[in-house]
Amino acid sequence: MSSPSTYYIPHDAKWPIIGSIALFLFFAGFAAFLNGGNSVVMLAGGALLIYMMFRWFGLVITESENGMYSKQVDTSFRMGMMWFIFSEVMFFAGFFGALFYARIFSGPWLSGIGEGGAAATNAVLWSNFEYMWPHNGPAELGGEYQVMGWLGLPLINTIILLISGVTVTIAHHAIKEGNHDKMVRWLLATVALGFLFVGLQCFEYYEAYAHLNLKLTTGIYGSTFFMLTGFHGFHVTMGAIILLVVMLRGRRKHFSATNHFAFEAAAWYWHFVDVVWLGLFIFVYII
Amino acid sequence: MSTATTEHHDHHDDHGPAYGWKRWLFTTNHKDIGTLYLLFSLVMFFIGGGMALIIRAELWQPGLQIVDPLFFNSMTTMHALVMIFGVVMPAFVGLANWMIPMMIGGPDMALPRLNNWSFWIMPFAFLLLLSTLFMEGGGPAGGWTLYAPLSLQGGDSFAFVIFSIHFMGISSVMGSINIVATIFNMRAPGMTLMKMPLFVWTWLITAYLLIAVIPVLAGAVTMLLTDRYFGTSFFSAAGGGDPVMYQHIFWFFGHPEVYILILPAFGIMSSIIPTFARKPLFGYASMVYATASIAFLSFIVWAHHMFTVGMPLAGEMFFMFATMMISVPTGVKVFNWMATMWRGSMTFETPMLFAIGFLVMFTIGGLSGLMLAITPADIQYHDTYFVVAHFHYVLVPGAIYSIMAATYYWIPKWTGNMYDEKLGKIHFWISTIFLNVLFFPMHFVGLAGMPRRIPDYSLQFADWNMVASIGAFGFGFSQLIFAYVVIKCMKGGEKATDEVWEGADGLEWTVASPAPYHTFETPPTIK
Amino acid sequence: MRSTFCAVVSRLCWLTVLLPGSKAFADINMPVGVTPISKEVYGLHMLIFWICCVIGAAVFAVMFYSIFKHRKSKGHKPADFHESTTVEILWTAVPLVILVSMAIPAAKTLIAMEDTSNADLTIKVTGYQWKWHYEYLDSGVNFFSSLAAEHNEARQVDSGIDVSTIDNYLKEVDNPLVVPVGKKIRFLHTAADVIHSWWVPDLAVKKDAIPGFINENWALIEEPGIYRGKCTELCGRDHGFMPVVVKAVPEDEYLAWVAEQSGAGEEAETVADGDAAEEDTDREWAMDELLARGEKVYTANCVACHQAGGQGVPGAFPAITGSPVAIGDVDKHIEVVYEGVAGSAMASFAAQLSDADMAAVLTYQRNALGNSVGDTIQPSAIKALR
Ligand code: HEA
Ligand code: HEA
Ligand code: HEC
Ligand code: CUA
Ligand SMILES: [Cu+2]
Repeated sequence: MSSPSTYYIPHDAKWPIIGSIALFLFFAGFAAFLNGGNSVVMLAGGALLIYMMFRWFGLVITESENGMYSKQVDTSFRMGMMWFIFSEVMFFAGFFGALFYARIFSGPWLSGIGEGGAAATNAVLWSNFEYMWPHNGPAELGGEYQVMGWLGLPLINTIILLISGVTVTIAHHAIKEGNHDKMVRWLLATVALGFLFVGLQCFEYYEAYAHLNLKLTTGIYGSTFFMLTGFHGFHVTMGAIILLVVMLRGRRKHFSATNHFAFEAAAWYWHFVDVVWLGLFIFVYII
Repeated sequence: MSTATTEHHDHHDDHGPAYGWKRWLFTTNHKDIGTLYLLFSLVMFFIGGGMALIIRAELWQPGLQIVDPLFFNSMTTMHALVMIFGVVMPAFVGLANWMIPMMIGGPDMALPRLNNWSFWIMPFAFLLLLSTLFMEGGGPAGGWTLYAPLSLQGGDSFAFVIFSIHFMGISSVMGSINIVATIFNMRAPGMTLMKMPLFVWTWLITAYLLIAVIPVLAGAVTMLLTDRYFGTSFFSAAGGGDPVMYQHIFWFFGHPEVYILILPAFGIMSSIIPTFARKPLFGYASMVYATASIAFLSFIVWAHHMFTVGMPLAGEMFFMFATMMISVPTGVKVFNWMATMWRGSMTFETPMLFAIGFLVMFTIGGLSGLMLAITPADIQYHDTYFVVAHFHYVLVPGAIYSIMAATYYWIPKWTGNMYDEKLGKIHFWISTIFLNVLFFPMHFVGLAGMPRRIPDYSLQFADWNMVASIGAFGFGFSQLIFAYVVIKCMKGGEKATDEVWEGADGLEWTVASPAPYHTFETPPTIK
Repeated sequence: MRSTFCAVVSRLCWLTVLLPGSKAFADINMPVGVTPISKEVYGLHMLIFWICCVIGAAVFAVMFYSIFKHRKSKGHKPADFHESTTVEILWTAVPLVILVSMAIPAAKTLIAMEDTSNADLTIKVTGYQWKWHYEYLDSGVNFFSSLAAEHNEARQVDSGIDVSTIDNYLKEVDNPLVVPVGKKIRFLHTAADVIHSWWVPDLAVKKDAIPGFINENWALIEEPGIYRGKCTELCGRDHGFMPVVVKAVPEDEYLAWVAEQSGAGEEAETVADGDAAEEDTDREWAMDELLARGEKVYTANCVACHQAGGQGVPGAFPAITGSPVAIGDVDKHIEVVYEGVAGSAMASFAAQLSDADMAAVLTYQRNALGNSVGDTIQPSAIKALR
């Protein structure tokens, strides 16, 4: 047991360097794959990365279960997670920035609206282009397509995510009351909603590709649409997996009413994913 | 508190260093990791500097003598990527690792395993980056800014470069998160925020800059990747995108990035100058506020790198004024250091020499930055060697000098040995002379019209380019002195006292030299 | 000793102010230029330069004074002050005032620079890897302008040519841009492949040429003369070798030049529409005729990437020698050169080459540079595509 005045400093750690090798294999393999190579190295790297995470987190969990962490260590973890989420927010900010820039500046500019060279740009280079959002550019890359409306699946998905935000909160209250079974039940609901969201999103992509001719290559609309929703979908998947792990740990009674950082971290992450979706729903689908 | 590491075997969580190579691979000790970062950075400095020497050798005289223009461009690109991401940033992180826990009276970094990972990513990331030089088609050759659509034309290396940037980004973000958590969570009781040394303050703010902008860079290069391989059209007008959009996103990262490269240097200056002036830092509080203002302003000036891309007039005005504003808080810092020296009792050991070199030459670079901020004039300066002169003045005698000053200043604490003062002074003087021979003439050729990123030039630039190349080789080879001094000091030498410097103030000087493997396992008392 | 030093310094300073752009400083300072804007910019540049010098001198003076006087070896004892709100406010406010005094003239110049209205003529400038295309929108005259052949030869690695024997090394083009003096010229900048930037220091015109977008700029040249500049945005391998040459002539000379260009039928090098070009296109060409012409076209347009011997640059630019395209299906070969390869540096040459040139260079690639397919491609085949 540690007294509050000492800080737990692990004396050695082999997982980080294995993680570095895994990432190296993954990135190098991915790059080789993009250049027409095979995907073996990439998959090996990915697998090693997942294995590494299991073992590393497993180690942390064991240490935590053995009471080696003090309150102060817990605070470090919390700060780590908080600022990690902030960095994720900034990652999405980059893509939202691209969306806004394309809508506020490049699109109008190409159609002749703006100071300086805008009029000439339209008159000389793209005289048949008139701006309205969404569009796939003056060269109409990808050809005729249909817009993804917000009323159908996206709306349902919004509702799903909002509900999942509620269920995860209920689960949080349950653990704070020390009610494990209730927590697991509500977490299960959250995870299920999460995967339902991902499933529907996949279906939406299928629709887009198969029936709407809306693709990644459909000019700037397709680019922003799929990159934003795609990265979001990826984060939902990650979040759901994290919640699933937390749920399984909950079943093993890893958490107590006062000590359940992993749960909270997962919940924060889930709320973050939720908020990003609201942004997407408004700026990608509705407006 | 004990200095003998062997006495700690009874604790489960504080072994002394392990033996052999495993110690370095698996270490979670902030001092070991700091050392690794610093040594990595030193190696990369010679690699990046070697590339600079290839550039300067080709520019020795007009005509193409040595390299193909494509290879030249890839040297320029790689030189910058290596120097920025492989030298200055890791060196600052290394210093943070060594000094922050000691300065705030903490036992170690907040997240020691993550710390190890942050470091061990770097060699692999650079393996990925440098390997592209050996690929068909050569390394990236579109400049370190990777502007679309030129960067999209690269050969197979393109994807590797993008991923190496993601890779380094992961390291930087994790490292920064660790630093933030350390500063907020590991301070000894009584070490209030406004008692922290300025190095800690500047790093705290730098860490926020990093967490905020590195992910944006990651997003930008991801878009490059999908434009190249997945047919998106973020940066192509035909599909409704815009090549200039890349530049906006890049510089939204890129400008704060250049302050990431200088704020910790400001912190180092604020440690060294008071020590050798034997007088407390003038205007501590205003230093903190000035740093914060610089960081804030750095988010709203990015388009000063883009005055020629055709922005609306109002945009150009805004970015011009905002950029000029940065001179005010930076001026406050310079004046504060000046006032710290004023009526002090100064001595001029090597760290102080480098600090004064920093002060003088950084100011020159800053003032040329101010000239660049004036939009109509920048339209003439932009993309010429005048810009190259500006940023080397802030980066080399700025960032690099600060790192060298810090090394000379703290190396007795790290190794327990004094470095060779005489060689240190020689290193300073030779470096400083050649450095100005190297970079000052770049102002001239730039104003006279020599564009940057060209392997060959017209005859009227010949003389000054030769001068610059002489300076480059002189400066470059004098860095071997530095490497020699560092290695010599690591191996042995005159024993250093605990306080090392007469005027030194701060917790790091209260522990033994060399600093014991674990410091402050029980928090020190803060006056 | 000291007074001579001061005298030299002050003379140097006054020289820079009084004799702007005098020969003595041409090598180390910004040119004054020949347009109202360039002169304003020069003035602004000198103003901020001197302000910066004064600030620097003041800061360094204080710093070095204390370095010399307040040193321990002179027995100076440290004072203990470390705060003073008054000075802090002072050295925040004074710089602000200085900045405002710089910002006002800067803003004025900027506004003038951006005003492209009421131009007398408009020229569209398009950047290509690695040459410029000029199109006079009012008269339709248009042509490419690339690094002059002699310079291009000299600048190759191992060319064996001493570049110092070449006048205006890297500053000469085959076809300069001819413009009238005393007229407000509006430039439209764009690019065909990657970003370039068109810069002529004497005109204080520098604007990025962005593919798919047009930027505007203007100049009013006051004195006839030849003004040289460069591409200033990194645009690939030969970024250093795409100079700009502007020849400013009196208006009547300019008008005569325009008439000559648009009248007598265009040179065969430019897009075919004159009678001679028509004839060229329709007749049957012999193999050696095509090869002779093809070699010229290849040297002028393709060597930059595919190299003189056709060996290319591995990984970046494919070899022509033995290329599956160049020795394979004719239609595919034509398609690559006519339409370019999307997403690569291989641009469409449809607009740059006449039918005859295109046919010639294709035939040349198939039957020279180590290839020997044996077929010819006739200009009429290219014409059919248009
Ligand atoms: C450490 C890195 C660093 C630092 C600190 C700075 C500091 C500054 N930089 Fe620099 N800059 C770069 C690194 C840096 N820069 C790099 C790498 C590039 C090129 C990127 C590329 O294109 O590849 C660049 C390019 C660059 C440009 C674009 C040029 C172009 O491409 O056309 C501009 C334009 O505004 C600029 C401005 C400034 C300004 C105003 C400051 C200010 O912060 C300086 C403030 C300091 C002072 C002014 C001096 C001290 C103050 C006083 C003594 C007080 C009194 C002063 C006054 C009243 C004025 N920089
Ligand atoms: C922190 C950043 C940093 C640092 C420290 C430096 C340091 C140096 N830089 Fe660099 N530079 C940049 C950042 C930096 N630079 C950036 C951002 C660019 C813009 C890139 C772009 O346009 O995209 C640039 C561009 C740039 C150019 C312009 C290239 C062009 O536009 O085409 C030049 C040209 O002279 C140059 C030169 C130098 C030199 C001579 C040094 C010297 O200070 C280096 C001195 C050090 C050494 C020489 C090491 C010692 C080496 C030996 C002793 C011998 C070799 C030994 C071995 C290999 C084992 N740099
Ligand atoms: C700016 C550089 C550049 C210039 C100039 C250039 N090319 Fe190319 N060329 C390329 C690149 C890059 C490719 C590879 C395109 C791809 O397949 O991705 C290419 C491919 C080709 C190919 C197909 C070769 C193969 O094996 O795939 C032919 C044929 C060709 N170019 C002919 C020409 C001709 C004829 C000219 C001059 C009139 C010319 N090129 C000028 C860059 C250039
Ligand atoms: Cu065109 Cu540089
Ligand atoms: Cu900047």
